[in-house]
Amino acid sequence: MTLTRRQALVAGAGAVVATALPFGMPAFASEEDTQKHIMEFTGGKTPEAGKITLDAPEIAENGNTVPIGVTVDSPMTADSYVESVILLADGNPSPGVATFNFTPMSGTAAATTRMRLAKTQNVVAVAKMNDGSVFMDQKQIKVTIGGCGG
Amino acid sequence: MSTPKPRVKLPKSAAKDEIITIKTLISHDMESGQRKDKDGNAIPRKILNTFTCEFNGQAVFSCNMEPAISANPYFEFNARVPESGTFKFSWVDDDGTVITHEQDIEVK
Repeated sequence: MTLTRRQALVAGAGAVVATALPFGMPAFASEEDTQKHIMEFTGGKTPEAGKITLDAPEIAENGNTVPIGVTVDSPMTADSYVESVILLADGNPSPGVATFNFTPMSGTAAATTRMRLAKTQNVVAVAKMNDGSVFMDQKQIKVTIGGCGG
Repeated sequence: MSTPKPRVKLPKSAAKDEIITIKTLISHDMESGQRKDKDGNAIPRKILNTFTCEFNGQAVFSCNMEPAISANPYFEFNARVPESGTFKFSWVDDDGTVITHEQDIEVK
């Protein structure tokens, strides 16, 4: 399933947002917010698919601590490296999760952390390269027990 | 709450320019500001908002955290080791407190 979705994403490079819609997600109030955050982060550019991989479980039993990792394909040299990666969750009270800032000293552009998810939702990762190009990946994570408030 | 205690795992030695994996964990409630106490009052937000890792004074990796980061924030990332030196890790709390931890690495 993951593979088909990725292929679909690659196929629809320019239409990432459009491809995301058929996954059956109802429109959350903060889905627009998420778009706003992406645009703010990229400076108005629409991110392309590819280069960035979001590594997350398909089903998270406990929304309080969901392991999430991102890897960006980059040589990480002084000429060509990943500046930052933003993580967003469109079904949380606020979409922001974290921003990772890399340097050529990082060696590889990969990081893992643990996040909270209030409910089943899409998690989006957007990477910004030092030349200004932007790439994104997203994944739907099913949450059994939500991790916000109580 | 007791003073947050950082735990960092990185190799003691590495080959020159080797890319190592660093794992960090720090105890912190990461109060999101979304929860309510028994009387229905919102519990104010109190999280660690920034994490940085430096090697010999040079930035390696940093992260800006939002309330959606789990309690006891954990990070795993990589670093290139060009020479022997010291990794310095710091976490900044919403109240301004900075927690730091240093660890040496030797290039063989």
